[in-house]
Amino acid sequence: MIRKTVTGLLGLFWAAAASADWEVNMPVGVTELSAETYSLHMMAFWVCTVIGIVVFGVMIISLIKHRKAAGAVPAKFSHSTLAEVIWTIIPVLILLFMAVPAAETMIKLEDSRKPDLTVVVTGYQWKWHYRYQDQDVEFYSSLARPSLEARTKDAGIDPFTVDNYLLDVDRPLVVPVGAKVRILLTSNDVLHAWWVPDLAIKKDAIPGMVNETWFRAATPGTYRGQCAELCGKDHGYMPVVVEVVEEAAFNEWVASNGGTTDVTLASNQSGLE
Amino acid sequence: MSTAVADSHDVHDHHGPEKGIKRWLFTTNHKDIGTMYLIFSLVMFFIGGLMALVIRSELAIPGLQFVHPEFFNQMTTMHALIMVFGAVMPAFVGLANWMIPMQIGGPDMALPRMNNWSFWILPVAFGILLSTLLMPGGGPASGWTMYPPLVLQTGNAFPFLIFSVHLMGISSIMGAINIIVTIINMRTPEMTLIRMPMFVWTWLITAYLLLAVMPVLAGAVTMLLTDQFFGTSFFLAAGGGDPVMFQHIFWFFGHPEVYIMILPAFGVVSEILPTFSRKPLFGHDSMVYATASIAFLSFIVWAHHMFTVGMPLTGQMFFMFATMLIAVPTGVKVFNWVATMWRGSMTFETPMLFAIGFIFLFTIGGFSGLMLAIVPSDIQYHDSYFVVAHFHYVLVPGSIFALMAAAYYWLPKWTGHMYSERAGKLHFWLSTIFVNVTFFPMHFLGLAGMPRRIPDYSTQFADFNLVASIGAFGFGLSQLIFVYVLLTSKKGAHASGKVWEAPRGLEWTVPSPAPYHTFNEPVHVDRTVAFPQENP
Repeated sequence: MIRKTVTGLLGLFWAAAASADWEVNMPVGVTELSAETYSLHMMAFWVCTVIGIVVFGVMIISLIKHRKAAGAVPAKFSHSTLAEVIWTIIPVLILLFMAVPAAETMIKLEDSRKPDLTVVVTGYQWKWHYRYQDQDVEFYSSLARPSLEARTKDAGIDPFTVDNYLLDVDRPLVVPVGAKVRILLTSNDVLHAWWVPDLAIKKDAIPGMVNETWFRAATPGTYRGQCAELCGKDHGYMPVVVEVVEEAAFNEWVASNGGTTDVTLASNQSGLE
Repeated sequence: MSTAVADSHDVHDHHGPEKGIKRWLFTTNHKDIGTMYLIFSLVMFFIGGLMALVIRSELAIPGLQFVHPEFFNQMTTMHALIMVFGAVMPAFVGLANWMIPMQIGGPDMALPRMNNWSFWILPVAFGILLSTLLMPGGGPASGWTMYPPLVLQTGNAFPFLIFSVHLMGISSIMGAINIIVTIINMRTPEMTLIRMPMFVWTWLITAYLLLAVMPVLAGAVTMLLTDQFFGTSFFLAAGGGDPVMFQHIFWFFGHPEVYIMILPAFGVVSEILPTFSRKPLFGHDSMVYATASIAFLSFIVWAHHMFTVGMPLTGQMFFMFATMLIAVPTGVKVFNWVATMWRGSMTFETPMLFAIGFIFLFTIGGFSGLMLAIVPSDIQYHDSYFVVAHFHYVLVPGSIFALMAAAYYWLPKWTGHMYSERAGKLHFWLSTIFVNVTFFPMHFLGLAGMPRRIPDYSTQFADFNLVASIGAFGFGLSQLIFVYVLLTSKKGAHASGKVWEAPRGLEWTVPSPAPYHTFNEPVHVDRTVAFPQENP
């Protein structure tokens, strides 16, 4: 039994290493704001890295040079007002340098005016409900069958054989590429949070409240995320899948779901950005 | 007042401890109570650690292998409650009990009977909390943050959760009152406030934080209780209440709570670095001001835990800027520590190793904290494993490493014997390696999109989860070395009163082990011995 587990683990480790899934960074994503978020993240990362190199560098030099074993004799100084002032002011300046671009992006994130499409998203334990406000289409979106069968304890199905294990749904949210999609979020029971990393949005779904966020995806594709606020036993099993398609395909999809497609997307008039 | 207390203790000058269980049940001696706090917190550390290993076992590979999701959620919830309220906080209170009277030259804590009570509440509180795991419906599973409405779905455990939190709060409040009163009143006359050692200073500020926020937590959980049983709707939208209000109240407690767990750690590190650098603490006074600034800022940043709940833009901006400001006094602390080591004459005994490890790794936790302050990025990081990595970096190689450093530093003073330096160093190196193997990959998982508090995950997260699980078992097993050190702590060579080559502070002027009663009379002390910030 133990040997089987160990070989199994080693095998998994090998398989995992071979499939090169060692993703270490945030996705750049497919919206203007996801790219801005990514660059803010990288800016903060590099600022921290540089500070880290300086501080740790000084510490390491000190650890090498100022050892008793290396014959170091302790100095007697115990304070320096000048040094204190310098290392108070420099961090303040660095923080200002970081705060300004962050604030600019925040203003854009909050600007959900003039959407092309509005979807009301309601969290349930443990699935999502999508209602297209003007297209008269609504449906529930739950964990896809293959994941559902493999997720239980002792299911006997290797998760590695399931496509998009735990990140696939029966019916994804479909939106047109280039359209400004406004998401109105609420919940039917407990708190949930709607998160798609490639769209760089995460917002809580709260019972009795309507929260607002938006995105404009620039590239067609399927983008996957998950509920991000603990919502009970199946919190790990309510993925979010957004399919971004060309506008014609979107209209077709709406029609095939019995919706009305006579609502003209504003982006038709303003041109795709 | 300090003279009066000192006088009344004169009568018992050579009075030793009682024998047997009564000594521990009825003791009013700060050293006994400190010992009990420390042992209790170590037991809780291992219970909480076992829960962490259940979590990491389940998360080692994709798919469910060991536990059901319900039980997984109980483990994450209990792990956090036990580590925060049962391990880290009581451990620092235990250190405060042992060391504050000895560092300020006072005979005991100012309120010794209350001291006994505030300790003995804790085993009851955690007995109640742990017993919920055996109840129908299991233990609390809504996360230690207890957000409604989910927490109201807790089974029979719900009222027991609330009452155990109340008890922990009462214990902390009494402990805080005792520490404040002791520091203000029991100092030997030459020990003016600004001359106090950093550990005493950080604890004085921490005690005020506790006093300010533990009642807020009590209020929040009481409102949960009445929402559940008495028909109120504080947090229920259906009755006109507001689920987000709970989060505001909780984090008004919760953010200062973070500093309650780290400020005494700053104090410990500020004691140890000068001893083993053989050089006074750099910028003692600015360290005090920085600590006070951090404490003040901790009250105005709470909503940075809630950037995704839908706050007005101006609110988000305020909390972002205030949060970023914390980096300034925290930076001052780190720079001062580095300046303390600079041009010192360092040796690397186990306490020093843990203190240096603390500075490196706590700073990494501070960096991710700064990144989390940036709202747009925080929206991506929020409730992901990036956050899990962040707070474990500040709590494990932060608070826990400082606690370990403190234990090794003062252990010879407590037992009268030197611990095994070989075992201590092995403990440090294994802990440092495995703490990074465990928690560093969690940054990557969070950035790649893995939410926290999930029992199973998509296969793309498999690699780093396995690495983290291996690290967790390594870290857990490494802590057994510490138990070995404690069990063999009386076998080492006899320790002198000074213990170390160049320690400063009143605790080193009494013999090792410290007598049952110390500083029964106000002492006149050689300043170079007593006040660490002054030049030798």
